[in-house]
This record gives sequence, C-alpha cells and structure tokens, in this order.
Amino acid sequence: MSSLSQPNNASIQVSPLRKFVLGNRASLGTLAVFVVMMLIFFAFAPGIFSRWPIYNSVLLTLPVALFLVVPLVFIVTVGEIDLSFPATMGFSAWIFALVVQAGYDPFLGIIGAVIAGMSLGFGVGAIVVYAGLSSLVATLGMNFLLRGLIMIPTEGKSISLLGLNETLAYKLLSSSVGGFPIQIVWALLFVIVSIFLYNRHRFGVRVRVVGDNPDSAAQMGIDTRRVRVATFVFMGLGSALAGVFSTMINFTWWPSSGDAYLLPTLAAVFVGGTPTWGGVGTVAGGAIGAVIVSFIQTGIVAGGLSGFYVQFFNGLIIILSLLGHRWNQVRYR
Amino acid sequence: MGERLIELRDIKKSYGNVFAVGGVSMHVDRGEVVGLLGDNGAGKSTLIKILAGAVRPSEGEILVRGKVVPGWSPAKSRDAGIETVFQDRALAVQQTIVRNIFMGREITTALGFLDVAKERSEAERLMREIGFTSKVFSPDSIVGQLSGGERQGVAIARAIYNKADLIILDEPTTALSLTETEKVFRFVRTVRESGRSILFIGHNIHHVFDIAERFIVLDRGRVALEITKEEAKSAEHPSGPNPLEAILAERAARRQGARA
Repeated sequence: MSSLSQPNNASIQVSPLRKFVLGNRASLGTLAVFVVMMLIFFAFAPGIFSRWPIYNSVLLTLPVALFLVVPLVFIVTVGEIDLSFPATMGFSAWIFALVVQAGYDPFLGIIGAVIAGMSLGFGVGAIVVYAGLSSLVATLGMNFLLRGLIMIPTEGKSISLLGLNETLAYKLLSSSVGGFPIQIVWALLFVIVSIFLYNRHRFGVRVRVVGDNPDSAAQMGIDTRRVRVATFVFMGLGSALAGVFSTMINFTWWPSSGDAYLLPTLAAVFVGGTPTWGGVGTVAGGAIGAVIVSFIQTGIVAGGLSGFYVQFFNGLIIILSLLGHRWNQVRYR
Repeated sequence: MGERLIELRDIKKSYGNVFAVGGVSMHVDRGEVVGLLGDNGAGKSTLIKILAGAVRPSEGEILVRGKVVPGWSPAKSRDAGIETVFQDRALAVQQTIVRNIFMGREITTALGFLDVAKERSEAERLMREIGFTSKVFSPDSIVGQLSGGERQGVAIARAIYNKADLIILDEPTTALSLTETEKVFRFVRTVRESGRSILFIGHNIHHVFDIAERFIVLDRGRVALEITKEEAKSAEHPSGPNPLEAILAERAARRQGARA
C-alpha cells in the first residue's frame, strides 16, 4: 500500500487553529454573541462597565447559574429535559439549612444537600426513564410535587443562617478575597471538570452516543437507561451545589429557593449552542450562555434603561442566538 | 471449507398463527461470504434479528462452533462473535469515526478518561486493515459527513475491533451508487481474507451474486434454494450474465406453471 509509506495524508492535515474553530464553533459563536453584547453595553454606559462593581455583582450570582447550566447540557444532550431542578435545588438547600440551623458543621450540611440532590435526581430520572414517561411533562410534575413537599412542612417560612459567615466552610467557599467573590473559582472548577467529563470521559461519550442514536448504543452493549438516569443524578448534584451556594450568598434559605432559575437556566443552555435534538452539545457554550443571561439583566439596568426593558432584551438575545446557531450548525442524519 | 462457525437447525418463529420463519436450517463457515436473498417478507429481517439475539426463535436450535447454545440472547450472540450491522440505525452520525468505532468499548486510562492517542492510532490501524482510508476524511471526521459506503466501513471497522468472527450486513448496498457499492465490496473482501465470515443480506441479486460465494434464498419463511457460486455457474441453464437470476427466474416460472 503506497498510502502506508506516507506518514500523513497531506490533505487531512488541517491546521490546529482551524480544527479548534470547527470543533468549537457553537461555543465560539456564543462567545461572539457575548462580546458583541458587552461592546453594546460599553457603548451605552462606559462609566459603569469600565469599573469593577458591576462585574462583582454578576460574579456573585453567576456561580449558582453555572452549577445548574452545566448538568442541564448533559441532560439535553442525552435527549431529555429537566424542569424539576429548581425544586431539587430548593430541597437540597433546605437540607443544608436544616443541618446548619441545628448547629452542625456546614460541611456536613453540604454532604447532606448533595446526597439529597443526587437521590432526588435519581428518583426523577428513574421515573422518567424506567416508566418511559415524557421528561418534559414528568419533570414539570416533579417540580410542583417537590416544591409542594417543601411548602407543606415549612408553611412557606424561610430559615436564616446568620452564624454562617463565621464558619470555615463559608470562608473557603463563599467569602470575598480582595473584593473578588471566591465562589466563582469553585464554579469555574466545576465547569472545567465537566468540560473534560463531557468531551474526554466515558460518561460524556456515552451521553452523546445515547442522545445521538440510542438503538445503536444499546446494540453496542451500552445500558442506555442507566446513562440517561445518570444525567439526572448529575443534575441533582449540580442543583444541590447551586442550592448551597445560593443559600450561603444570602445567609437565608427561602422555600422558593431555585424557582427563579428555571427559565434563565434553560435559556442559557440553548443560547450556549446546545441544540434541542440531542447527541451534541457544548458545556463551555452553556457556561458562556449563563454569563450572557446573567449580564443582560444587570447590563440593561446599569445601562440606564428601566427594568421594564429586561424581558424584551432577554428575549431578543435568546432569539438572535438561536438564529445564529441555526446558521452555524449542521444537523447530520 | 473451514470450521463451521454458526449453524441454525430448523429455526421457526411465529407471531400468533403466522410463521415469519417456518423452519430454516443454514450455516456459515469460517472465512466465507454467504449471501442471503429474499423478497420483502421472505423472513430475512426476522432471521437476522434471531442471529443477533434480538428475537427469540419459537423453535429450533442454534449451534456455535458445533455446540448447541441454550437460551440464545443478544449477549450470547455477541459472545459467539456475531456482530450485526443494521441497515440504517447502526451509527451515531453526529459523532466522529473514532467515537463510533469504540462505542461501548472506549479505550480509557485511569478514572475512565479516554486515551485519545491510543484510540486514534487503533482506529487508523482498523481502518487500514479493511482498506477504509481516504484523503478527505480522518478518524476525527463526523460520520454524518461520510457517504453511505464509507459509513458501512465505519460499522465494519467497529465489528472488527469488537473481534467479530461473523459480520452480518443488513442490506449494506441498498440505495448506494455503483462506486459506493464497490467500496463496500472492497471492505467485505478484505474482511474475508482475514479469515472472518460475512453474511451479506440483500434483495439486489446482482450485488449479492458479485460478492458472495454461497447463496441462501428465502421465500415465505423457508429456504427456497441453497447453492454455491460454482454450482450456479455450472447449472444446466446458465442463460444471461447472472446464473443465479436465471435459476430463480426458471423456478418462479415453473411454480407459476404448476399453479396454472
């Protein structure tokens, strides 16, 4: 074979840069949207966007969004959807708040929250996957059900955790170092690990393959149901961490904790460039999507427009991003 | 002929009162390409699903290397070294060639992370082994960008990685152009030269006649004809370029005559 003697076929040698751009076109597209959006904000309110406080306020709440967006990318990739994560987040944070309120170390509370979140994720996933329910409807139902389970015993009362800022857990996870909110470091660590999990780990690979062609995956010996349930367990883990960080930022747990994150998180996944049809997606894009969604609100208000404009621009950005991705992505069949 | 790889003895499959397969006995030996022919509804797909373990036969036994295997299942089919490439649901088309070859059998290092370099070189080796190389794609190409014949190459490379002794190709050349069909034939020939067996299912008699050495023709759930290529060529009425077609046409005419 003559082709064997040639070490490399010249024409399949693409430059590393071109390969990177082609392989990450969705997330790079999202990044472009973000840059354009920031430039517009800068043009309208240079005084505000050239100073630190606005970034600080975004960085404070962004971590919570990141812990939710990243696992949701896995769920959408595997071909499912989850609308129950806000209640899972509220429930896990409740466990955290109860443990801390009872005087135990917050680390114990975090462990409790994570166990609760992952168990709820497993429960939701198992109901969807093993009973063969539509995840859209079943998780919507689970969201109401779990929120109800929080509301009934608490009677809608919040829990304040004023002693939290004295603890080691708070200082390590949620304090401010030189005006820089430290929780963003943990959230970024979570994002980076998840990027590797998605692209370079057996779990991520199987999530993609099952979302792409479940028949083929099953024929190759992959337990497709287990993979799908696992994405819900991962969502439970992210929800629990989001709940813990959200509670630590506010020193208070509210029974409605998590509710406000449902639509922005869903928007961030798709703004980020993960398509709805499964099999492909981008964790980095989802994370940038979360940054975009976080900045819209702050940016518009800071830019001098009234809060009434927020929803309009939220929607505009979502639609424009989707149009951009539509043009940028090919769906292979 | 080589070792008897797999043998079906009087396999029947009924759905209610209807027999999809009504008593089929056949075998595939090591290193041979067997063509399985039949019209729609002749029982081909049921037979493939039985071989793959996806459908349990109502009656009959399955022998692997001369031994009866009880409780035939998808797992036992795979253990026996049978890999089925189904017509259009074999591949995850949004993933790369590498991801498809190692689907379910990823090469990983510690903690389940992929050994990317090893997977890539192994994929290149497998693709070279079956002559599935090109200047326009690499193991990192997305399967959705490949042509129909090339996609069969991905599935065959995967079967070889999974150490398949018998690769069942379900209508691999249906809807393919002549050059694409020729590509698939090239893969099939290389695979046979390596001592593996292929069961080539098709309804295009010309495609199957070109590539296989022995033919099994199914008709309404039964084996209507079993013949080697030599036998077909030396048959008494080899009119036309394709003796198998001539034999089948003659039989059909005779049957019609008997009915009239």
